[in-house]
Amino acid sequence: MPGKIWIVVQHRDGKLHRMSREAVVAGQKLAAAVGGTAQAVVLGHGVEPVVEALTHYELDAVLVAEAEALVDYTPGAYIGVLAAAVAERSPTHLVFGHSYQNVDYMARLAQAVGGSLVSEVVGFEQGDEGLVWRRPIFGGKLQSRLRVSGPAPVVVSVQSGAFSADEAVAGSAERQSLDSAAAVPDREILGVEEVSGEHVDLTAAEIVVAVGRGLGDPQKMGIIEDLAAALGAEIGASRPVIDSGWLPRDRQIGSSGQTVAPKLYLAVGVSGAIQHLVGMKGAGTIVAINKDAGAPIFAIADYGIVGDLHEIVPALTAAVREAKAGS
Amino acid sequence: MKIAVCIKQVPDSEARLRVAADRRWIDEEDLRFVVNESDEYALEEALQIAEHTDGEVVVFSLGPERVREALRKCLALGASRAVHLADEAFAGGDAIATGRALAAAIQNGGFDLVVTGSQSDDVGFGATGSILAGHLDWPHVWLVMGVEIEEGGASAKVTREMESGMNEVIRLRLPAVLEIQAGLNKPRYASLKGIMQAKRKEIATVAPSDLGLDPSVVGAAGSRVETLSVAFPESSGGAEMIEGDAATAAGVLVERLRKEARVL
Ligand SMILES: Cc1cc2nc3c(=O)[nH]c(=O)nc-3n(C[C@H](O)[C@H](O)[C@H](O)COP(=O)(O)OP(=O)(O)OC[C@H]3O[C@@H](n4cnc5c(N)ncnc54)[C@H](O)[C@@H]3O)c2cc1C
Ligand SMILES: Nc1ncnc2c1ncn2[C@@H]1O[C@H](COP(=O)(O)O)[C@@H](O)[C@H]1O
Repeated sequence: MPGKIWIVVQHRDGKLHRMSREAVVAGQKLAAAVGGTAQAVVLGHGVEPVVEALTHYELDAVLVAEAEALVDYTPGAYIGVLAAAVAERSPTHLVFGHSYQNVDYMARLAQAVGGSLVSEVVGFEQGDEGLVWRRPIFGGKLQSRLRVSGPAPVVVSVQSGAFSADEAVAGSAERQSLDSAAAVPDREILGVEEVSGEHVDLTAAEIVVAVGRGLGDPQKMGIIEDLAAALGAEIGASRPVIDSGWLPRDRQIGSSGQTVAPKLYLAVGVSGAIQHLVGMKGAGTIVAINKDAGAPIFAIADYGIVGDLHEIVPALTAAVREAKAGS
Repeated sequence: MKIAVCIKQVPDSEARLRVAADRRWIDEEDLRFVVNESDEYALEEALQIAEHTDGEVVVFSLGPERVREALRKCLALGASRAVHLADEAFAGGDAIATGRALAAAIQNGGFDLVVTGSQSDDVGFGATGSILAGHLDWPHVWLVMGVEIEEGGASAKVTREMESGMNEVIRLRLPAVLEIQAGLNKPRYASLKGIMQAKRKEIATVAPSDLGLDPSVVGAAGSRVETLSVAFPESSGGAEMIEGDAATAAGVLVERLRKEARVL
């Protein structure tokens, strides 16, 4: 059976979500790997700019469900429309970006259509073992290889950065309409708010020292403050540091926090889970200090020191002070 | 309100992981296991809601024998009883199979609310709670950062995390499944009294047949997703590793940052 790949895109204010542009690439590559065609699927209201952008990709079609009930995302409306469309048109794969909105409903969609689910995919290969998916486990410390069996469709989400949006193949695609009668919202949207009132803008900092759970004890924050002071840096943090109340929420870096790209980023006691990496991988030079040589953060760092941060950070502060005094 | 909480036991985040001999999972021997991080927040949220509504919290966990220790901890924190989905047949499930088993265990318990974590720290499907909601045919919300029960338990105002520091506030009908994101509350510590009381609380053990489920629809047998292997990812180039004692390494690093990277 030839593949019929659906790329279900997310959009806002007439623009494709960054991860959806990557999902388009993943979908095109998947179509090539399994032998088949790719189609984009758009749900919403007033989506013409998004549809128009999608018609310039090499796709078999752009399928559009337009309805007022789809203005705001709700799982009820989205699953309703997509499940009906899947039943009618029998796609083999549904590809999503692994965004918070998509994760909110894609599992339930997979279940509703009697398919299977592979979330947070970072790659796939078609080979002797069939189509094999790769995804991170244990916060990226390990990777698993998976195979899916059973009836279609396979619902997959692709992790941020796993595919490059630049590799999208241009072409032309024709618009088709999907029935949106099944769009029944199951939530009342009351509004959107910012997480933290007071706002430290970490994006302006040239140097960021990011502290992770590896600090172990909030009483030890002084060594991080000293290093940041010596470097003239802002202090950022991984999520558990914030969740535990060691630092305020507006210093969180990552998918739920700020995205920074300073010229120098020092990750201290940070393991390097993908949700953290998406918020800092654009930094110019990345330094990682971690006692675990296998920590995923070292894979994206330029310089690494393996050891106890409680020894290394004070030594580094001293070395920075000395260098600055000497120059 | 009567609240069901699903908790998973996972290796401690500090654990040194080794790949098992069959390369399909990790070697669990000598690992320290803990309650999954977001599940601790889920339990705390459920306990607080139960306290405000004169309710009760029942914890559910699917997993091997060691899981009883995690359940015991939840009982010490204030849950009134626990249900252990212990049978070998439950093992190795994908999110759809595990969600099915948990739903069957919860289904006829007269619950007003189900609370889960948003993501497990081992396999991290980010899906089991949503699937469970699908089996129950209840609404769900993933990444919950705030809960306000309204209308005496008929609805809830829920804050849902979005990307980049934004939250969405929504209202939904109860019963529902709320998938709690880490950081929304301050999980309590167990008191000595709680630990003593937990010893007398019940941990029921259930098998698929107790839930009216055929063993073929749960666990690995009921799953569409099969793990072929797990491995440490190949490091792509990676960092220049700086060796030496702390002072030496710090000196070399500063040198590199000044002369090579030119960022200091
Ligand atoms: C939906 C969702 C959104 C998320 N959003 C974010 C986000 O925005 N930002 C974010 O950061 N995370 C986020 N997370 C959490 C993320 O998945 C990780 O759990 C988190 O980034 C881990 O933080 P960490 O590296 O500080 O802690 P851990 O993973 O526990 O790592 C601690 C590290 O410190 C090291 N260490 C321990 N002791 C020492 C020592 N003495 N010396 C040196 N090193 C030491 C350890 O080897 C380890 O590598 C999110 C998760 C989910 C599910
Ligand atoms: N074996 C299990 N037993 C109980 N709850 C589970 C189990 N697996 C997953 N869950 C729940 O589902 C949530 C999401 O897990 P996952 O879909 O694996 O990321 C967890 O935070 C738990 O609350």
